[in-house]
Amino acid sequence: MSRPVRIAQLTCGADYSGVQNEIAEAAKAVDAEVFYPDISLNDLRRDFDSFGLNVKSPDLKLVIARAKALVTGKVEADAVFIGSCFRCAEAAIVRTELRRYIHMNSTLPVVSYSFTERTTSGTLLTRMEALTTIARRRALLAREKQTGITMGVDSGSSTTKCVIMKENEIIGTGWEPTIEVLKSSDLVVEAALAEAGLTMNDIEAIGTTGYGRFLIGKHLNADLVQEELTVNSKGAVYLADNQHGPATVIDIGGMDNKAISVMDGIPGTFTMGGICAGASGRFLEMTAKRLGIDITELGPLAMKGMGEEVPMNSYCIVFGTQSLVNALAAGSTPEDVAAAACHSVAEQVFEQQLQEIDIREPVIMVGGTSLIQGLVRAMGELLQTKIIVPHHSQYIGATGAALLASGFVDRKKE
Amino acid sequence: MAKVFIYPATSLMLSDLVARYGHKPLGSALSVREHIQAGGFDSPPLQITPEDPKKGLHWAAVEVPSGVRGRMSLYGPLVEEADAAIIIEESDFAFGCMGCARTNELLIFLLKQKGVPVLELSYPKTKEEGVTFVASIRTFLAELGGEKA
Repeated sequence: MSRPVRIAQLTCGADYSGVQNEIAEAAKAVDAEVFYPDISLNDLRRDFDSFGLNVKSPDLKLVIARAKALVTGKVEADAVFIGSCFRCAEAAIVRTELRRYIHMNSTLPVVSYSFTERTTSGTLLTRMEALTTIARRRALLAREKQTGITMGVDSGSSTTKCVIMKENEIIGTGWEPTIEVLKSSDLVVEAALAEAGLTMNDIEAIGTTGYGRFLIGKHLNADLVQEELTVNSKGAVYLADNQHGPATVIDIGGMDNKAISVMDGIPGTFTMGGICAGASGRFLEMTAKRLGIDITELGPLAMKGMGEEVPMNSYCIVFGTQSLVNALAAGSTPEDVAAAACHSVAEQVFEQQLQEIDIREPVIMVGGTSLIQGLVRAMGELLQTKIIVPHHSQYIGATGAALLASGFVDRKKE
Repeated sequence: MAKVFIYPATSLMLSDLVARYGHKPLGSALSVREHIQAGGFDSPPLQITPEDPKKGLHWAAVEVPSGVRGRMSLYGPLVEEADAAIIIEESDFAFGCMGCARTNELLIFLLKQKGVPVLELSYPKTKEEGVTFVASIRTFLAELGGEKA
């Protein structure tokens, strides 16, 4: 049995928010343990002073000194969890600077999170799982080529996707809205197999990801059941043919968003979810519905519009829809409204989430929303860079899962 | 005997001084002990559950970070109970330390608002300052009517 992954906890306010147990439970669920790096009072005084960020809260001073102990190797860890209270400006500055400091000065994977008393272990689970995967499965994540015949299934909150790969090529795909998790999974598997001209007996290894990964993983007897942060990173750099060096992966999903700073295909810092539906793909679905068009038509429509003409920038899907209705009532064109909706989502993600990671070019957008050109354009404008949308970008999770699952084909042969 | 809120609330030396002069120190030991001894709590290490930051809403609004409200659920009742307070500013970590600067600002404000006698001192940096420091605390406590040690 492998030893638990040791996650260094750098937090301020977790115990007083009543969420310490949730953090520990989330770590335990993925066979990891959280611990506070042990330092002396002298280390605290010296390392806080030398870091140079003169915050007032003693717990933040302690967090800074503990981060230095990790980077200098005085305390050993496999990964780092940085957390502080939501809405604390002082802690937000520390969180950002420490994440950057650790990322630039060590190979430790880092995730940061701002919690409230409502934060549960379930919310933290995917983040902890990603941290442990990066720490434990570096060899698997280093895989750059798909071999054999493998299947990846991504059971997302809005859609379920399946990809079948053979010798480094996608030969079958399936896509369905997620209704009943298992039924949707069966449908996409069937479609992908039909397109590939194969049967289940031909599949040598299976990987699952997304919210329904555990359920469908059990159903399909999958070799790999993996959270979407590492799988999507891998899928993105693989499809964008950018497996070496830095990259940033952005996936605006139906229920939550992922922004991942990647080095050589392995996530370094990442952020996931945490903001409201006004900044998700769900808002774009609502917009398309209100405009009476299919979601696939929203992107081209937005490309013809001028988003600046319409005031729309809410985190909240209800307020966002209100702005949308008001704009239409005031005579705005559907093109302008579509463009404004895309800009609004991009802006929320930019302001709320992309500040949590270091943006390193190239920026790769993936997931179903990356097919909405208006959204990609808006994000490119905000980041002032040209965004890469790889082929099969809507199948990113399934592709990443199929690619990583091929590691098990080799193992089976051995 | 007066109930004296001590700041930093974790300072054992301050707590001891107040007790020696016949008063009841109100600090972390009291509120944390209550949490540890109460049955049914399971959130280590301070036995604080997500219910506590909600109790803290009595002293700080919902937009105030949960950690501040969680702390206020411990210290707020003590502030309400206090007949007097001793506040040591900029103290050394070893003397006693409270983790959140925002909570500390709020606590000091609430103590001053309360209108009870408050002794505010800077943490001593020399031996001479240390002697004056202890003497000031002794005088303050004596004026509160406690018994001398």
